[in-house]
Amino acid sequence: MTEEMERDENVFLMGEEVAQYNGAYKVSEGMLAKFGPRRVFDTPISEAAFSGLGVGAATMGLRPIIEFMSWSFTLVCLDQIVNNAANVRYMSGGQYKVPIVFRGGNGIAHQLGATHSHRVETIYARIPGLIVVSPSTAYDAKGLLKSSIRCNDPVIFLESEKMLNETSEVPDDPEFLLPLGVANVEREGSEVTVVSYGRTMQRVTRAAVKSLVDEGVDVELIDLRTLRPLDTATLVQSIQKTGRCVIVDEDYGYCGMGQAIMASVYKRVFDYLDAPIAHVHSDEIPVPFNHYLEEAMMPSEERVIAAVKDVCYR
Amino acid sequence: MPLTTAYQGEIPYLQILDPDGNLDESLAKGTLSDADVKHLYEHMILNREYDDSAFRLQRSGRLGTFPQCKGHEAAALGAARAMRKGHDYLVPYYRENPASFYHGLPMHYILMFWGGDERGNAIPRNISMSPLTIAIGTQGLHGVGHAWAFKYRKEDRVVVAFFGDGATSTGDIHEAMNWGSVLKAPIVFSCINNAWAISVPQDKQTGAETFAQKAIAYGMPGIRVDGNDIFAVYKAHRDAIENARKGNGPTLVESVTYRIADHTTADDARRYRPAGELEAAQKLDPMIRTRKYLETRKLWNDELEKKTWEKAKATVADVIAQADKVSPPDSDDIFNHTFEELPPDLIRQRDLRHTHSIGLNPEEIGLKPQPEEAAH
Ligand SMILES: Cc1ncc(C[n+]2csc(CCOP(=O)(O)OP(=O)(O)O)c2C)c(N)n1
Ligand SMILES: [Mg+2]
Repeated sequence: MTEEMERDENVFLMGEEVAQYNGAYKVSEGMLAKFGPRRVFDTPISEAAFSGLGVGAATMGLRPIIEFMSWSFTLVCLDQIVNNAANVRYMSGGQYKVPIVFRGGNGIAHQLGATHSHRVETIYARIPGLIVVSPSTAYDAKGLLKSSIRCNDPVIFLESEKMLNETSEVPDDPEFLLPLGVANVEREGSEVTVVSYGRTMQRVTRAAVKSLVDEGVDVELIDLRTLRPLDTATLVQSIQKTGRCVIVDEDYGYCGMGQAIMASVYKRVFDYLDAPIAHVHSDEIPVPFNHYLEEAMMPSEERVIAAVKDVCYR
Repeated sequence: MPLTTAYQGEIPYLQILDPDGNLDESLAKGTLSDADVKHLYEHMILNREYDDSAFRLQRSGRLGTFPQCKGHEAAALGAARAMRKGHDYLVPYYRENPASFYHGLPMHYILMFWGGDERGNAIPRNISMSPLTIAIGTQGLHGVGHAWAFKYRKEDRVVVAFFGDGATSTGDIHEAMNWGSVLKAPIVFSCINNAWAISVPQDKQTGAETFAQKAIAYGMPGIRVDGNDIFAVYKAHRDAIENARKGNGPTLVESVTYRIADHTTADDARRYRPAGELEAAQKLDPMIRTRKYLETRKLWNDELEKKTWEKAKATVADVIAQADKVSPPDSDDIFNHTFEELPPDLIRQRDLRHTHSIGLNPEEIGLKPQPEEAAH
């Protein structure tokens, strides 16, 4: 964010606790001191107000970055994001663009309870006009966030509170960008395609894939990086090669991200499949506050391994 | 043509017991009896002890997080005392433990809840209150809904809905006040102005000088009270409740107090609180003036103070023991409270403890076959 704000005077950051407090999760540490209160400022607890103000500012040529303390709180400002940010370009016949990034913690982030643990990906990924990004490493987060800030359409940037301490090699180059809409084949393999993204990737999928590879299962691992537009070309190519696929996410099953991904590729891979595509997802209940129960309702390494073995008939 | 005045409003400010414990006898007339004040003070001590114990439990890893109520005791208890227990309906956010306990909520429930056991938010049927609210501001509209239900069923019950200064920035609170007033719903909007919403002070939350004056725009009475003054809080709420009960609609009461503790155990207010502010607020602590008042009335002394704290410590120790005795929730519980009748696919998820989509048959792992296959 700092690099992009240095690069472009039109970029600014607002949200609850982003300035004085340096961010509820310290994401904007030092930014108020660096850029001052004109470009980094605190908002009242009015999600609808600051989303709407952001849309208005964006159509006037500014490039707001809006931090939500949690994506769960955007349920109170859905109208501004879905009905307004996403529709303005279309409904103004292309007159206005809405270059805005909405970002914050998405999903289950350890004992935040049912109201703070929503996985909002399918709420937004189904809306034409929105771009939905979900990084799974610090490297990806930097490259994708910078691209999102430079993007001329509204971007839904899904982080996780549990990934903020994640470290990986990150290029210093201020022009380091990762393209939106392109998936990353993290490991090439021949036997089965495992598809995942975001926090799930980091929490269980990578570890499960590592165990499987150690056991001799030649997994191809794909990190989606962007959920809309979905990189179906990469997915289709991979599944046609392996003939098997397991999708892993923390969303619900029914009407969830995994089902949408599955439906997007099924027709093109059907004739190549050796087993039905499997989907490992969270149990379909509100997210429990209790640590153990919360763990129990999410995909585990064991579940992922079992699902992969199942489609491989091992 | 000269300009005329279209509307002029005024917001009264009420203080009956000053920080030194001096009482305005005429304003206090017909409010709290000696026995009341003594009893409420005992409750304050109990709540302080509860806060301290819960804080220690959190620090030793036994609670996930905990929002202390320190400083809010008079604001919560004065309102709670003004309600008819078991009849009027309490709508808390998450910082009204003193009011909830006063209305009979078993004290270990709150510990269970913040310890990660959501059965702690399953309010016993005989307690007239709603569960804690986590999404800021939403409870205001629920409160209007509860009040509307009472009016609809011609019950003379009144709702007291609490919310913070920060919550007044949510649309829900404004829509609740607007509509509550239009409907003449039997509800009192009780705004606990503790000067902070996490690290955001009042002047970043509103351009208005008081929160109470927002009532003017909605066409209902508004009053600002000294929220550390148990008499003023009680009187303002009692009058508002009785006015609502008569069918005259809502009132907005702003109780001005201070959040003496951090926002929650996850916060450290030293990072944003201006120097000296806490110390100044501590001088206005509701417990100090209530005690002073009781002492001048010869109703309190060091001996009673000591005994009451000892009793509070014993009570809270019991409460913690009680919370410890509760066996942990079973993973079936989380499924069983998702629907009135659990659909077949969820029965399968519950019984498998993992999702149906990984392709196992329940029969394979020795579970009874389900009556119907899941639809998807
Ligand atoms: C809709 C929504 N937005 C943001 C939050 C995060 N949050 C939790 S408590 C809080 C501050 C509330 O302040 P106030 O209403 O003054 O109550 P206080 O904690 O001071 O008693 C915020 C912003 C939330 N829970 N819900
Ligand atoms: Mg507050």
